[in-house]
Amino acid sequence: MANPAIEIRGASKRYGEVKAVNGVDLAIQPGEVFGLIGHNGAGKSTLFKLLLGIVAASAGEIRIEGTPVRGSQFREVRRRLGYLPENVVLYDNLSGLETLQFFAALKGAPRQECVGLLERVGLAQAGRRRVRGYSKGMRQRLGFAQALLGNPRLLVLDEPTNGLDPEGIRAFYRIVQQLRGQGVTIVISSHILTEIQQRVDRLAIMKNGTIQALGTVASLRAQLDLPLRIEVQLAAAPDAALQQALAGLAADIVASADRTLEIHCPRHAKMRVVAALAARADLVVDLQLHEPSLEDVLLGHSG
Amino acid sequence: MEARPILVLARKEFRDRIRNRWVLAVTLVLAVFALLIAQFGSAQQGVVGFRGIEVTIASLVSLVIYLVPLIALLLGFDAIVGERERGSLDLLLSMPLTRLELLIGKYLGLALALACAIVVGFGLAAALVVTSQSAAALYQYAGFVFASVLLGLAFLSLAVTISVYANDRGRASGMAIATWFFFVLVFDLLLLGGLVASGGSRGMGLVPWLLLLNPADVYRIMNLFAFEDLRAFYGLATVFPTQLARPMLLGAVMAAWIIGPLALAAWRFRK
Repeated sequence: MANPAIEIRGASKRYGEVKAVNGVDLAIQPGEVFGLIGHNGAGKSTLFKLLLGIVAASAGEIRIEGTPVRGSQFREVRRRLGYLPENVVLYDNLSGLETLQFFAALKGAPRQECVGLLERVGLAQAGRRRVRGYSKGMRQRLGFAQALLGNPRLLVLDEPTNGLDPEGIRAFYRIVQQLRGQGVTIVISSHILTEIQQRVDRLAIMKNGTIQALGTVASLRAQLDLPLRIEVQLAAAPDAALQQALAGLAADIVASADRTLEIHCPRHAKMRVVAALAARADLVVDLQLHEPSLEDVLLGHSG
Repeated sequence: MEARPILVLARKEFRDRIRNRWVLAVTLVLAVFALLIAQFGSAQQGVVGFRGIEVTIASLVSLVIYLVPLIALLLGFDAIVGERERGSLDLLLSMPLTRLELLIGKYLGLALALACAIVVGFGLAAALVVTSQSAAALYQYAGFVFASVLLGLAFLSLAVTISVYANDRGRASGMAIATWFFFVLVFDLLLLGGLVASGGSRGMGLVPWLLLLNPADVYRIMNLFAFEDLRAFYGLATVFPTQLARPMLLGAVMAAWIIGPLALAAWRFRK
């Protein structure tokens, strides 16, 4: 079997007394789109710096495509690795094109790539203007173009949609989808949970330097067994028969107004509760099912 | 170690200094000061006009000792700490290059910008003033310019070291100014004070060697000992044993002042 794209074993990073990353184990497979979620200070950026070999781990072992980071062979791996740091400020005195050309030269990527990459991130018109005059979103897009230099096999993107408007965010994920189609491994950190949950294969939730939960969105929900929320519209006030039927299914009525009900029910009871409601077509006008969002998962895990 | 990332980084630093007109500004400042000194350097003796290469160089040396260290320190103090504050240092360190290559590339680019400004600035002044000098005089002047470049490189090395050690740009600029004060203003005073306090009885043999601990003093000696008559004129011969006045020794000390701080910076920056 091929090496994992990223393999982290027992990685820790200590700054004085602070354990920024504490005993992280993680394997990310080639071609996977992986999300890293956590509050500020959870250790996401430090974990990224460890796996890129920017800082040395205090303990543990990290390999990219089987090559130990910071080893003598790691320079070659870096040529096919793209990184967008969080809140990076590029060089004001260079134009967008010159910025890309500088990093292309450092990376050993062909200079001809630069114009095409500017087009790809929507900066074709601004390429010859100095970065000084760029908006925050334009700077972020330039940083993303920089990460794409040299056809990377692995992309590490720290809060990549920071400062992008909704159209910019959509455009960003369109490119991510194209890259996924090409088999690029992509690791994205974000605090915008609703944005990331439909767009990653798996995700990890970090808190206090450790990984609290790991899996697909569905598996995390199942692990937690967060109750579903059902909103029910009624033709009249709920009668005793309905209330009894729901209580028998372990469904709690958490709020009840004149003609609406809010029900929390365990996942395993979902279909039976829905059936019970459907059986009362005389009373139930409409119902809406709310799955727990990833935000609930995050709060459930790290709250 | 690979040459390419070093060259890419050096080229960027140099081009940045050309484009923001730093090189032009420093070149002009040095050229104008050199012209003024060549013309009016002897005004105290009641003479105006060019009075020969040796006197001009002697006056220029005093200027260079104040100006060039300051220029070099201001050029280099934010080389690393500036990237760190922008957040671009992490990006650079994710590239296929080592930390040592990053440091050397930055240093070489800045060093080239500084050397250009010094050589062109003083060269311009010489071209305008010195019309009919002997080859020997031009040789002496070239030696002075070369020594000035070495002085600049030594203080640039100190500046880059500061930029590795400092936590933020503000502190780095403070440390740069303090370094200038210490080597250019305070060091000689301390030495002189020590001599006077001890009544000149002790440490006389030590003083010349202590002078080697200051690149500005090494530079002064490098230049003044080139000229027999000026040696007597400045009275330095009395405190400076002639066995130290060897160009090879002084050159080696200056090289140590360039490489030493850089090595310290590389050691600190390695992780």
